[in-house]
Amino acid sequence: MTIHQGIEISGLSHAVRGAEILAPTNLKLPAGRITALIGPNGAGKSTLSRLIARIEPPVTGRVLVNGLDVATTSTDRLARELAFLGQHSWLASRLRVRELVAFGRWPHCKGRPGPADRAAVDRALAEFGLLPIAGRFLDTLSGGQAQRAHLAMTAAQETPWLILDEPLNNLDLAHARALMAHLARLRDGGGSILVVLHDLNFAAGWADHVVAMKDGRIVAEGTPADVLTAPALSSLYETEICVGEHQGRPLVLHHL
Amino acid sequence: MRARILLLTGLLVLVSALWLFQGLGPNRDFVLGLRLGKLAALLLVAVSVGVATILFQTVAQNRILTPAIMGFDALYLLIQSLLVASLGTAAFASLPAGSKFAAETLVMAAVAVALFGALLGQARGDSIGRTILTGVILGILFRSGATLVGRMLDPNEYSIVQQVSFANFSRPATDTTAWAAAAALPAIAAALWLAPRFDVLALGRERAISLGLPHRPMVLGTLALVAVLTAVSTALVGPVALFGLIIAGFAHAIAPGARHLPLLIAAALIASVLLVGGQWAFERVLGQKATLSVVIDFAGGVFFLALLLKGKVR
Repeated sequence: MTIHQGIEISGLSHAVRGAEILAPTNLKLPAGRITALIGPNGAGKSTLSRLIARIEPPVTGRVLVNGLDVATTSTDRLARELAFLGQHSWLASRLRVRELVAFGRWPHCKGRPGPADRAAVDRALAEFGLLPIAGRFLDTLSGGQAQRAHLAMTAAQETPWLILDEPLNNLDLAHARALMAHLARLRDGGGSILVVLHDLNFAAGWADHVVAMKDGRIVAEGTPADVLTAPALSSLYETEICVGEHQGRPLVLHHL
Repeated sequence: MRARILLLTGLLVLVSALWLFQGLGPNRDFVLGLRLGKLAALLLVAVSVGVATILFQTVAQNRILTPAIMGFDALYLLIQSLLVASLGTAAFASLPAGSKFAAETLVMAAVAVALFGALLGQARGDSIGRTILTGVILGILFRSGATLVGRMLDPNEYSIVQQVSFANFSRPATDTTAWAAAAALPAIAAALWLAPRFDVLALGRERAISLGLPHRPMVLGTLALVAVLTAVSTALVGPVALFGLIIAGFAHAIAPGARHLPLLIAAALIASVLLVGGQWAFERVLGQKATLSVVIDFAGGVFFLALLLKGKVR
């Protein structure tokens, strides 16, 4: 039996107290690609990413990540297959940056880090420019620095799949671009990424595959050039959006 | 941190030695046996309260909540009152201490897991404010329930309940010490063994699941440990109110950071030093002119206010 590499979603739906958040959905996300999930507020993007990352149990349906059923595989095994970073980063405990990033190695070392784990933590700290502030407490950092620390923790997990819910929150433009470049490097090394994005130009510039959602449904799917067109985006966000072109990629002019 | 823990261990040895050997009269063997029994009970209470408080704060993601504030000990008293009310004094008194304690602990663990598990293990149980409010209200409910049952008892029956309703460090229930130890020692060992997992649990539900920790079983298991440890301390000396809060505050100051193993050890040591040292001072130096429990509650109250005013509580 060949195990399908990638994420396969069949009949997946979610509701909170009877209110439908995600209509029954079928979707295949390719491995080895950056997939961007876009759509207006309340479209169900976060819910879909949280269901895939088994943070929330679905009402119906099934998710396979690289052939592993998310509902029946042990959460420990899944932590070595996918790493998830959500939007809420409130922390009760008072941690230093390095301590937080080191938690990313937990699925591999269970709290007994070896040399390989320490090296991975150092790599992640360096990758996200955190080495100068590795000894600082998280509650002394700015929102963007804290976000980078969380990203570094997720990256230190070094899983085949990376699922990020609006990772560009709080990041300045230099760090936002650096993050996307980091994701592109991971992809070039064989990694697979699902990322919820609000800034359409980051999707246009870096994603290989775009999935557009609205009202709990998937309304469009394809390459950035296919999905990020003026008519499609205008109807997706219910507002007039112009799309230009820059270096062969769509350039979304939504701010004018 | 290692030096501080060694220092605490030294302090504990010192106060224990003082407790045992200071002012031994002519009946040394008799007095020593009595003191040993009390020391064992006090140490058991101290370690149970310290470990239970740290575990509960980790599960609740909060630094001001303690099992006592959330009404765990009131729940134990309620169960006790209900037992006396339903069995009557004679039957209650004739129950073997061991099986009575075991039954009470089991019922308490089951109720605590059901109630607080629903409160803390939920998918969207993110609201700290709701957790605190619900816990405080549950605590009042248990306390009022225990009082109500107490009012319905006849005075003889009530006197039995009353004995266990107030903290009394001077006369721990040494007849249950062995049973309490049989319950507490495995729970404490489990807590130390699970310490690395508590580090991850403290990161919150979303991060814990994402890092591969089975979150819900962990929360329920931790609550069961807290329930057993609180049952132990309540059975031995009664409700300890704000003692846990003081210990947790000191423990976080002495063993800061993400790791629970040093934190739990520090909490156990601090609690032991405070309780044995404090009891020694009040019994032998101050000659029972004041009681330790009152001082602990007063200091705990001041510390609680300090936490609130410093904005450490979110």
